[in-house]
Amino acid sequence: MNPSSAESAKRGISFIVNGEAKKVLAHPMERLLDVLRNNLGLTGAKEGCGEGECGSCAVLLDDMLVNSCLIPIAQANGASVVTIEGMSAHSLMKPLQESFLECGGAQCGICTPGMILAAAHLLDKKLDPTLADIREGLAGNLCRCTGYMQIFEAVAKAARRRVTQ
Amino acid sequence: MRADPADYRLVSPGNLLGALSLLASEPAQWLPIAGGTDVMVLYSAGKLTNRNLIDIWNIPELRQIEVFPDRISIGAACTYTVLRQHEIVSREFSLLATAASWTGGIANQNRGTLGGNIANASPAADSLPALLVYDAVLTLISVRGERRVPYRTFHTGYKQTILAADELILNISLPRRFSKYFSHARKVGARNAQAISKVCLAALGQVANGAIRDVRLALGSVAPVPLRLNETEKMLTGKEIEPSLIDAARKSVLKEIRPIDDIRSTARYRSAVACNLVTEFLAKLAAEGAAA
Repeated sequence: MNPSSAESAKRGISFIVNGEAKKVLAHPMERLLDVLRNNLGLTGAKEGCGEGECGSCAVLLDDMLVNSCLIPIAQANGASVVTIEGMSAHSLMKPLQESFLECGGAQCGICTPGMILAAAHLLDKKLDPTLADIREGLAGNLCRCTGYMQIFEAVAKAARRRVTQ
Repeated sequence: MRADPADYRLVSPGNLLGALSLLASEPAQWLPIAGGTDVMVLYSAGKLTNRNLIDIWNIPELRQIEVFPDRISIGAACTYTVLRQHEIVSREFSLLATAASWTGGIANQNRGTLGGNIANASPAADSLPALLVYDAVLTLISVRGERRVPYRTFHTGYKQTILAADELILNISLPRRFSKYFSHARKVGARNAQAISKVCLAALGQVANGAIRDVRLALGSVAPVPLRLNETEKMLTGKEIEPSLIDAARKSVLKEIRPIDDIRSTARYRSAVACNLVTEFLAKLAAEGAAA
């Protein structure tokens, strides 16, 4: 293999996106975020900072919360990806959605898909999270509108709602 | 300007030998990428000069943690999440588990790896002072074979290491002899989460009969490399912790560190904080010794 021939070839990437098998043709270093948005039309994941600081591009990759701006598409080959669009089928979506609405947890909406996915990732692991757990679970998601308190309250409320439902 | 993915290649050998063979075939041409939390940031900003990348994320030999009676061996591609959740790491190497919890948010902890933190060689990396005080030993591997090196010899200058162009870090080995030590970790940054440290400290100590029997101090972000405070440790060993000793320790810390002004802080602030963190540790160690 000669690295001096710089042009890389596109290759077939097969993965599961929101429960459906997908195949795309992409350069291996294309970012998962761009493939989701440009090739698959899933624009729920947003590009905020583009350097893994803000969490607005967060998705679940094999059930792990990741920033999709930091994932080369070749590393998603064979994996299962869940974006905010796929969360409608998730049992936590209803309590999270209702709580975010009631608590005013969303304003401009850019951070919301990442916030919901980070919250779902946390609530999947912790049945009854403390405020410290919630703060830590959402620490990688930046919001410039709400001031966070409404968001933390919404996640706490969703956790209680799930327990009682 | 944003990078064009067509200019980059990424090969996924899927096994250790394949990755090592590729590294050896064209030395210095290939850059390993694991979780991508450093490499992809450079790439997105159009600043990644290496055009050929080897994917080492899914190589089983780099992902395992082995526990032996006298040591624990951590695969270089173990993530911060894995470290935080590991029973022995959290019980016996709390400085490392704590540093893992400081490193980025959950999404980055799910991808960032200990080996990546070492190879990236930032003097501000939160997990590296812990490795210094725990006397970590690295196993480096290439097609030429393996070599074991004390971690304290790994960094030779700012972002300079002894890792050869054809080598990978295979694992990080920590001796299991510090579980009885008093341990203290502290990070000072602009924000608790997701902020790179201005200064961070990892410290271990033991007090016996009112005197310091053993003490281990390491700081991040105060020198071109993660820094073990060898001279200060020597000066403290065998002494009783009292105000005059703390004054002497502060003077010694200032002699050992080489802080700079940069985007996150100033040399002056870092000097003051470094001294304060060591003072805080010694006060806690003294209280611990008095209680024991």
